Amino acid sequence: MKQALLTICAAALGLSVAGAASAAGTLETVKARGKLVCGVSLATPGFAAPDDKGRMQGFDADICRSIAAAVFGDGDKVDFVPTNINTRFQALQSGEIDVLSRQTTHTFSRDASLGLDFGPTVFYDGQGLMVAKSLGVSSAKELTEAAICTLPGTTTAQNISDFFRAINGKFELVVFESPDENRAAFYSGRCEAITSDRSDLASIRAVANNPDDYIVLPETISKEPLAPAFRQNDSNWGDIVSWSVWLLMAAEEKGITQANVDEKLKSEDPDVQRMLGATEELGKMLGLDNKWGYNVIKSVGNYGEVFERNLGEGTKLGLTRGPNALWNAGGLIYSPPIR
Amino acid sequence: MADVQMLALAPPQPAPTAQRLGKLSAYFGTPGNTIISVASIAIILFVIKLAFGWLVVDAVFSGNGETCKVSGGACWPFVAQKLRYMLFGFYPYEEQWRPLTALLLLFGACGVSMVPRFWSRALLVAWIVVILPVLYILMAGGLFGLTPVPTTSWGGLPLSFLLSFIGLTLAMPLGIVLALARASNLPAIRVLAVGFIEIVRGVPLISILFMATVMLPLFMPDGVTIDKLVRAQVAIILFASAYIAEIVRGGLQDVPVGQFEAGKSLGLHYWQVMRKIVLPQALKKVIPPMVGLFIGFFQDTTLVTIVGLVDFLDTVRSAIRDPEWQGIAVLEGYLVAAAVYFTFSALMGAYSRFLEQHFRTTHA
Repeated sequence: MKQALLTICAAALGLSVAGAASAAGTLETVKARGKLVCGVSLATPGFAAPDDKGRMQGFDADICRSIAAAVFGDGDKVDFVPTNINTRFQALQSGEIDVLSRQTTHTFSRDASLGLDFGPTVFYDGQGLMVAKSLGVSSAKELTEAAICTLPGTTTAQNISDFFRAINGKFELVVFESPDENRAAFYSGRCEAITSDRSDLASIRAVANNPDDYIVLPETISKEPLAPAFRQNDSNWGDIVSWSVWLLMAAEEKGITQANVDEKLKSEDPDVQRMLGATEELGKMLGLDNKWGYNVIKSVGNYGEVFERNLGEGTKLGLTRGPNALWNAGGLIYSPPIR
Repeated sequence: MADVQMLALAPPQPAPTAQRLGKLSAYFGTPGNTIISVASIAIILFVIKLAFGWLVVDAVFSGNGETCKVSGGACWPFVAQKLRYMLFGFYPYEEQWRPLTALLLLFGACGVSMVPRFWSRALLVAWIVVILPVLYILMAGGLFGLTPVPTTSWGGLPLSFLLSFIGLTLAMPLGIVLALARASNLPAIRVLAVGFIEIVRGVPLISILFMATVMLPLFMPDGVTIDKLVRAQVAIILFASAYIAEIVRGGLQDVPVGQFEAGKSLGLHYWQVMRKIVLPQALKKVIPPMVGLFIGFFQDTTLVTIVGLVDFLDTVRSAIRDPEWQGIAVLEGYLVAAAVYFTFSALMGAYSRFLEQHFRTTHA
């Protein structure tokens, strides 16, 4: 009996070891597997959340799809792995996932100590505060001795403490374990204010009985540039992730959309020709198909389309572009030239 | 002989009407009791009315998030729309008949195996040779033209059942071996068993899961990864076996040492004595605490969400956070989860009572 059990255990383990990644470069591993394995969040509406059919939807998920499209020419060749705050970096380090696209803030210590590198910032976020309009407050500095609801998490609580210490203000932090409790506590009046990343505040506000009764205060008390991450010391793979993201931004700048990408193949613009692989051989330099740019846009559209589809004003989140507008429209989204 | 004694000890039966009155008087005999009874009945009726109003009268049966938002009752369209996701998580939508078949097969096989009449060596062989491989092939695919589905896409109810069922089934023999080792006369074996049991019991399940999923891969050679599901499964098996070992040890201590000696004096080998004489008596005695442990572990598997596995409770939670329903259908989602966990826990409890009844023997 025991022998049989041992054999079964060994078989199960053996199976998964046989299917494990080789020590080769990530690109070769991904190509051999035939799928990109992308770590995302499990349930953050707008960034990564399953639809009714269990298909991952959202901004972070579309970043994964764009990388898959660059490698395979098909944005659906992705296996999404739900990761949580505790396991996300380890999943990347151990090779369980090829890229981490999970609302992860690019910080010095993560970059320097975790054995990973960050790609370009895909979303500029920052911590903010939301209050009821009836409170009559127009700036976070006017909050005195306010109870502030938040989720446990070292940076969120620390940022708010730092902010009030800097202005010598007093406040009381009320911490909730789950987002549902946190939101319910704020709407039931347990706290005067609620703090989180601005994108998250937008989604909290969206589910209020009357969203117009609430206002997100103008102060942004922390910088949260969200970027995809990959294992360090794999430049080729890093380039592929980074340029897949930059291509989305460059395509918006050049007016290439999912709908008109076929026409744009015949464009006279040399930049567009290079991006879509009509001339020169940029894709080959990355070890990809020369049509990689065309494939990315055909699969997910340009940066603006990805943003509007998942986070924009037509969605429940209703975010404006703000700092995530293109550089020539007053935002921070800027792609190095693709040439 | 036994029957005569029982009859002699039985009190005289009161007349039926007096018995009924006697029962009533326990509730309404004194003014104090009457007040408590009436108040309790009023509270029960009030709760039933509230629940019925919320679940049925004010409930929304068709529509979307907006219709639910304005009504004060339960939001059933949410459950209808999300049920498949809650049950099967990220398993590819077109392939979800496979986990469904696997679940039904598991339930069916368990149902058959629960009937003592069917217990035999053949059944055990059938589990190992047929049922478990079929379950695995159904879930993982890759054979007979089934699309391969990586374990990272498994989720929902099949994952919860897999973790708890396989975990407890494999932990059971391991736990028995540990209990025997702990009672062994050989010091090396005894010390090893005691060490393992005490270390595992001295650490929370969460930290063992963390070790298995976060620390273990860092010690592996480059590029070799053990499937996350397997890591969590092994952690659960090891953890459960330590607790099972202690329960079995309790049962072993309750078997008179004369039973063991009698077996030995008949010329039976150690394992024969254990298998045929001591363990059957010991295990029979520990059915209630064992089932209690099983129910606890079935619910403890929800902890795997911490290490990034998406079990049933986690799919329910993420369904609640869909922007379409966020803040609208929180209670409904948790009710579905509670109903499922309650059903299976209650079934296990009922089966435990049945087994106790089945094995009841009198030592007159």
